[in-house]
Amino acid sequence: MKNLSFALENGLTKKEYELIVTKIKREPNHNEIGVIAAMWSEHCSYKSSKYYLKKLPTKGKHIIQGPGENAGIIDIGNNQCAVFKIESHNHPSFIEPYQGAATGVGGILRDVFTMGARPVALMNSLRFGNPKNKITKSLVNGVVAGIAGYGNCMGIPTVGGEVYFDESYNGNPLVNAFALGITTKNKIFKGRADGPGNPVFYLGAKTGKDGVKGAIMASDVFEDDKNLERPAVQIGDPFKEKLLLEACLELFEQKGIIGIQDMGAAGLTSSASEMASRSGNGILLDLDKVPKRDLSINAYEMLLSESQERMLLVLRKKSEKKINRIFSKWGLDSKKIGNVIKEKKFIVKYKKEIVVDLPVSILTDDCPIYKRPVKSPKSYKIKNIIFKKNELNQKDLRIILKKIIRDPNICSRKWVYEQYDHMVGTDTIIRPGSDSAVIRIKNSKRALCLTTNCNSGYCLLSPSIGAAIAVAESTRNIIASGGKPLAITNCLNFGNPENKEIMWQFSKSIEGMSKACNNFNTPVVSGNVSLYNENAKDSIKPTPVISMVGILDDIKFCRDQFFKNDGDEIYLVGKIGNDFGNSILSKYYKRIKDINSAPDLNLKKHKEINNFIYKINRKLHISSIHDISEGGIAIALLESCFGPNLSIGAKVDLSPLKFKSNLQIFSESQGCYIISCDTNNGKKLLKSAESSKVYAKKIGEVSNNNLYIKDYFNVKIDTIHKLWSSSFPK
Amino acid sequence: MMKKINFAILNFPGTNCERDCFHVISKVLKQNCKVIWHNETSISKVDCVVVPGGFSYGDYLRTGSIASQSRISKALIRFANQGGSIIGICNGFQILTELKLLPGTLIRNTNLKFICKDINLKVNNNSRFTNLYSSNEVIRIPIAHAEGNYYVDKKILKSLKDNDQIIFSYCSENGDITKKSNPNGSLLNIAGVTNKEGNVVGLMPHPERVSEKVFNNIDGIRFFKSIINYHNY
Repeated sequence: MKNLSFALENGLTKKEYELIVTKIKREPNHNEIGVIAAMWSEHCSYKSSKYYLKKLPTKGKHIIQGPGENAGIIDIGNNQCAVFKIESHNHPSFIEPYQGAATGVGGILRDVFTMGARPVALMNSLRFGNPKNKITKSLVNGVVAGIAGYGNCMGIPTVGGEVYFDESYNGNPLVNAFALGITTKNKIFKGRADGPGNPVFYLGAKTGKDGVKGAIMASDVFEDDKNLERPAVQIGDPFKEKLLLEACLELFEQKGIIGIQDMGAAGLTSSASEMASRSGNGILLDLDKVPKRDLSINAYEMLLSESQERMLLVLRKKSEKKINRIFSKWGLDSKKIGNVIKEKKFIVKYKKEIVVDLPVSILTDDCPIYKRPVKSPKSYKIKNIIFKKNELNQKDLRIILKKIIRDPNICSRKWVYEQYDHMVGTDTIIRPGSDSAVIRIKNSKRALCLTTNCNSGYCLLSPSIGAAIAVAESTRNIIASGGKPLAITNCLNFGNPENKEIMWQFSKSIEGMSKACNNFNTPVVSGNVSLYNENAKDSIKPTPVISMVGILDDIKFCRDQFFKNDGDEIYLVGKIGNDFGNSILSKYYKRIKDINSAPDLNLKKHKEINNFIYKINRKLHISSIHDISEGGIAIALLESCFGPNLSIGAKVDLSPLKFKSNLQIFSESQGCYIISCDTNNGKKLLKSAESSKVYAKKIGEVSNNNLYIKDYFNVKIDTIHKLWSSSFPK
Repeated sequence: MMKKINFAILNFPGTNCERDCFHVISKVLKQNCKVIWHNETSISKVDCVVVPGGFSYGDYLRTGSIASQSRISKALIRFANQGGSIIGICNGFQILTELKLLPGTLIRNTNLKFICKDINLKVNNNSRFTNLYSSNEVIRIPIAHAEGNYYVDKKILKSLKDNDQIIFSYCSENGDITKKSNPNGSLLNIAGVTNKEGNVVGLMPHPERVSEKVFNNIDGIRFFKSIINYHNY
């Protein structure tokens, strides 16, 4: 096998190469190897994850398009739909933080507008290593600036997200970008190549050598000597993408469009072969016609280039003129580079010779799906500790509170989101910094709620419960804003799937996520898997990031988490238990360091509480709703005190909760909310809770400038706010 | 009953606040409003031109510099010279300074980062663009820019003060012009100026983003209402 070594260089295994030779009954040439290797890379083929991904719930009455297209689509009423997806750009962002993150945003935006939707919101989920490392700071600065640079220029608001720091992301940060667009049901476009004879058009920026083999690199493990692979990272041009966006939206108003797909990973190759495959046709491309940025580019590089801001379009014959007119208005290339063909083949011509002649199926269907072996890791020793009633004295409680509020994972993210234009588009009703972002839908009463979550510390202790909690917390964020959860997209970031224990984490995460999605009726409509996230020493913690979208059918029910009125009463809904495994408290109180169990999660109960909150927010006059998460009720109360325009205090007495230990003030129990409202509505809330059999207690009232919690501490809001708002490790 | 006035919004390929301005002018304020594409050559039957925010031509070069060479810019200069009202918001302000329709220039924010947040603004109500605000009123409007650091030489600065051309200044909650309340390093906390004649205004803050009740802040709406008011009398 004379080309085997080239195949290995391209990331194929010997077995895979032999399979290819058997399937096509000959040895593939170098161009063909490049094309197949890119499509069979983990990044494009999902060969390690597909077997498990099939177990995720993907259907529902409100689901218009599930996984398998460029993005998922859900029904949001009034003939409108939301198109959304999240995707990783982890490896490029480590090599070149600014461009890696920027092109991550660019890529996910194309996935959304290629389906016919105007993007209206962005979010991101970021994870970095130890904040004390010098490189972490430069990564944080580069990634945030890259996201800002791209999204701000496009004029699409970045309305939410999350940032975490943890040792396990040293040398392998995670950069997951989410985009959402809105379109109407009759204006959905898909990646199809129907109708043999129809022309195939190339749209957008010219092709260069950037990002050649990016898909293969994305599935590589970082070793220290590989840190400088610069040419594999694409360079973004948000201005060009803005032109492409507007040109495409104008294009979608025309008749005669059969299908369109963005050239993402594995560029021309993946878009052409996937479109052909979905329609059961073939495609013939002539590379001499491809607009080029660099004339020295060869066929192999052109097929695998990941130059940004490009699209592939299939048109009905004779619609060409209109297309060229629109694209020249926006100063972009639009060039016919091939045809749909009947024969199910991917044929590529270059300098008048055929350089690739493969069945489409070898690219899109024949990649083996691996049911990789799993093995549960040595389970963590779970320590059962009996706590004293006053486990901590008041002085220690205060010291710990001050440490937690300054923790890199708890403190204010203002430094980050103030670099993102989060208001452009004038739809952002709830800005970053509350439970979920809320964006109104213009010319209607409705709005969308967006949030993104994952606590990888919980996932490490129990990938199944951890993934389910990511879903549950997302529902709480949306419920707290007044919305109803509808669907999720996920970005599954894990280590090396050839490691059995990593594969076990993956399979368990899918299990937990499926259960939770079924419970809350929030199916998975799109997503992305990023494997091989590890540095020279270790894998990242399992990080199945969830982005959830919910609907608010009337913006008058929109709520934020901030206390508003002196004298409002404060209520806790949901019961606080002893949930300390990998909690924030466990970082600062050694005795509980080894409680190795994830928080308890009773999905059924959680849903009942969600339904209760949703209902009372509609029935009563509620001033604020906030869910309890990291840092427990203590941190949740402070977060409610830290209004963006008004800092306000609270006087709280937790004795009605009958805590067995005062540590519970930091317990990260699931399914709990803090609500503020006036006395009259408070009474009704308690009555309604009783009849709904939901745990609810009055715990205090909004007042003054201090957070006073009887028997715990009395702190000045101003002082704590300063610590909280100035501690981000920038 | 006020009569409708005619607005036009300039649209460069990288402009991205044109739809926001259009929404406020045409949907919220129900005025006549059209969009003019960057390679058109005339501006006619228009009372007020809005040059909105965005990244005109990508702005990889100095912000607004390529826009100042566009085809529509000649018509804009003619329109200004004839006394037409022109509003430049954010990138629009940058473009108007590049066109020399407004004095000064906007350089990188002192922290070298994009900044998006609400700020307090002190309003000088002695202009056709601010006549519905009270004198020295403090309003809250968001900014969103990386190059909003206003600079002019001493001579022009003196003439700006002498001619009462400083229309918006960054200030504290109480209206004090302090270093702490200056988000981007602008000279004298300047956030917006008019030309000498008073028919052209540029400002970095975005009044169109706080012009509807749904945002719990409508401090921006009187900015647009002021010019409608002016053209009615």
